[in-house]
Amino acid sequence: MLPGDKLVTGSKQQENAVKEQAAAAQMPSNQTTATEESKLRADSVNFYYGNFQALHDITLKIPAYKITAFIGPSGCGKSTFLRTINRMNEMLRNTRVEGSLTLDGSDILGMDVTTLRRRVGMVFQKSNPFPKSIFDNIAYGPRVNGTTKRSLLAETVERSLTRAALWNEVKDKLNKPATALSGGQQQRLCIARALAVDPEVLLLDEPCSALDPIATLKIEELLFELKQQTTIVIVTHNMQQAARLADFTGFFLLGKLIEFDDTRVMFQNPHKKETEDYITGRFG
Amino acid sequence: MATPAALTGNLPPRSASRVLYDRLRGGDEIAYLLTLACTVATLLIVVFLIGELWFRSQAAIKAFGLSFLFSSTWNPNGDQFGALPFIYGTCITSFLALLIAVPFGVASAIFLSEMAPPLLSNIFTFLIELLAAVPSVIYGLLGVFILVPIIRLNLVPLLKHTLGFLPLFKGSTFGFSFLSAGLVLSVMIMPFIVSVSREVLLAVPVEQREAALALGATKWETTWQIVLPNAKTGILGSIFLALARALGETMAVTMVIGNTPVISASLLSPGYSIAAVIANEFAEANGALYVSSLIFLGLVLFGLTIVINAIARIFIVMTSRRFG
Amino acid sequence: MTDRAHIATHRKIINVLMLSLSGLCTLLVLSVLFFILGYLLVHGVKSLNWNFFTKLPKPSGETGGGMANAIVGSGKILLLATCIGVPIGALTGVFLAEYSGKQFAFLIRYTADLLNGVPSIVIGIFAYSVVVIPMKHFSAWAGGLALGIMMIPISVRTTEEFLLAVPNSMREGAMALGATKARTIFTVVIPAAAAGLLSGLMLNLARVAGETAPLLFTALGNMFWSHGWHEPTASLPVMIYNYAISPADDLHQQAWAAGFVLLSLVLFINVTARLVIQRGAGASRR
Repeated sequence: MLPGDKLVTGSKQQENAVKEQAAAAQMPSNQTTATEESKLRADSVNFYYGNFQALHDITLKIPAYKITAFIGPSGCGKSTFLRTINRMNEMLRNTRVEGSLTLDGSDILGMDVTTLRRRVGMVFQKSNPFPKSIFDNIAYGPRVNGTTKRSLLAETVERSLTRAALWNEVKDKLNKPATALSGGQQQRLCIARALAVDPEVLLLDEPCSALDPIATLKIEELLFELKQQTTIVIVTHNMQQAARLADFTGFFLLGKLIEFDDTRVMFQNPHKKETEDYITGRFG
Repeated sequence: MATPAALTGNLPPRSASRVLYDRLRGGDEIAYLLTLACTVATLLIVVFLIGELWFRSQAAIKAFGLSFLFSSTWNPNGDQFGALPFIYGTCITSFLALLIAVPFGVASAIFLSEMAPPLLSNIFTFLIELLAAVPSVIYGLLGVFILVPIIRLNLVPLLKHTLGFLPLFKGSTFGFSFLSAGLVLSVMIMPFIVSVSREVLLAVPVEQREAALALGATKWETTWQIVLPNAKTGILGSIFLALARALGETMAVTMVIGNTPVISASLLSPGYSIAAVIANEFAEANGALYVSSLIFLGLVLFGLTIVINAIARIFIVMTSRRFG
Repeated sequence: MTDRAHIATHRKIINVLMLSLSGLCTLLVLSVLFFILGYLLVHGVKSLNWNFFTKLPKPSGETGGGMANAIVGSGKILLLATCIGVPIGALTGVFLAEYSGKQFAFLIRYTADLLNGVPSIVIGIFAYSVVVIPMKHFSAWAGGLALGIMMIPISVRTTEEFLLAVPNSMREGAMALGATKARTIFTVVIPAAAAGLLSGLMLNLARVAGETAPLLFTALGNMFWSHGWHEPTASLPVMIYNYAISPADDLHQQAWAAGFVLLSLVLFINVTARLVIQRGAGASRR
């Protein structure tokens, strides 16, 4: 599925592209060139809700094929920043972004927003499956982006559900409504749905906060697997989760990025006092 | 990289026409314009409605001016038209309808919100709201064949026997009268009063009732002295809504009111209402002034209902502000 | 001591009395509904026969007449009304729910409410003015326009209400997958609200199906079949009215039968639609 070329090349090319993708997804990851290669860059990003400045001068680099976590107390701006990356904040009125945000060097704020959202997927805090069948939920993204052939869609659905570790549980009931699944299954469904368009980056906004520990564990294991093919950015208010999962962690406070470093450094030897105070539980 | 290069952002630049095509296919502009167009259409329809009414009333307005509203001659043959009998009939029947519907309606609303257990209350309310769905012509049917005979044969003798000295009940009647129209209207508007008043009463916070009961008031005292005053504005709103409906009601009224342009103090006299005369005479009205006068009447009715509805809305907004 | 006891009893009596009275009023109101239903059932079914649904009207005195043309005519007029009123109203509702700014929304809602409060006969005058006068005759078009205009305000209100009830998380989910706003609305939000929208449509239809006044001088009426859309067209409510006010008793019987058919249809649609809405509202609360 080649964005922008659906008319020009026709479905044969489409088919080949999807088949290539399928092959690639099954290969072990050997595509990381260097761990310092940054997938996403933010430079002096400011964000405003009307007159209120929610983000101050955020500068960071998110490395490819790693899990990066944003932590911080409620209202610190971590979710706001996450939503700035795929420009979901544009759904609200009266918002403004300043500064530079790039994806692989391309300006995020300037590119076509629907293309951006195919490359950068999002999973939300509370699972939000569409009131459609499981199949139609997963197929929604590909359909919206031009894939209509049933066989291609079926392949994509199976691949996405497998990547989300949900295939075995639902393969016999793809036509049943997605809302009939349990909370944990619904969230994995939402992850599969986001994966169906093969995003390069997956943003997750507190994905486990509404789930029980067992479901949370399943999703965390899933994210470990996924990072081999996808860059993962996760917002979490659970520090232990960040410590378990993330390669890199950023600590937000009152709209500022206080510190961003390797997770081990952040948790064992933070440079900033605020970071240390938060991590040791003195506030938040 | 194992993933195709084209997926990771090294897209060939798209031509301007390609960009435009993609955006159009995405549909945002089209959808916005389409929905906006329909919205504008809705607004324009209302504007045109008022405009047409105004424009086509001009002949009558020029001929009679405001005296139209106070003249009681309705003589199509002599090109003499006056609105007073119809305004009178409309007002009398509507007020009579309110007089009957309000006590019954509010009482029922009180029962449904304060007394009845929730399940019963919901079922009864559902059924009462079905009454509002009954078409006007059906009410007319029942009015003509059931109510009018009962009024003529049973109610009128009773009234004359007891209250016959009142100018309200003077004269003989075939049953087609202001009284019949008022009665039918009262049944038609009662569901609105019940439904809206019940909602308003339910919206009064439970804490208010608890405070009164805790001080030793009986349930009735709590309702009458605490809950009702709280709900006063909303109930008033429901009454004005019902009034607006009564003013515009056509079929049921024209079938039982007698269709005679007469102004009389007696409720037993046949009469006419604005909506009824338009319904009866419009299709066969010949002569520009005749038609224009009827349309002028329509304009008057329109104005009347708008004012009453606006007042109703003010009351209802005041209520919702109060209880959030 | 005894004074206090007296006062207490006095208040108790009033309490019981007033509350019983209010219950009585409720029962009275309800009994009207059952009386209407019952009477129409008894009287209407008596005169209901196969001829009613298949034959044209016959003058009083002749047997075997029916209201086939009125049934079909009502169908034609309602079809026109739906095609005119529902798209305009529903898309306005979409605009209100998904695109509009606050102040413009207030104006639209106010205008829609205004239109809703216009007496149906005045809307008939408008349709007469813009369709019958230029065409120089009565027609199904005019009747369809009148009823269609009546359908707009309710269509606007129910569409807006049910679209707004769809949680924002659903819109976000679709847009995060790269769907445009328009696509999100038409492939996710509207399907999610489908049950409510359909019920709203049914209630709307049931309301205008019973309307008589606006048809009296737009579609007028017809004792025969109307061909196409440009001729005066019979409709069930108008037939009921005409027969009811006629002096002939056999025509009265037919009016009862027609009244029964009309009422049954209207009430059936109402009950079904409301139950669907209530169940939907209950489900979303869970």
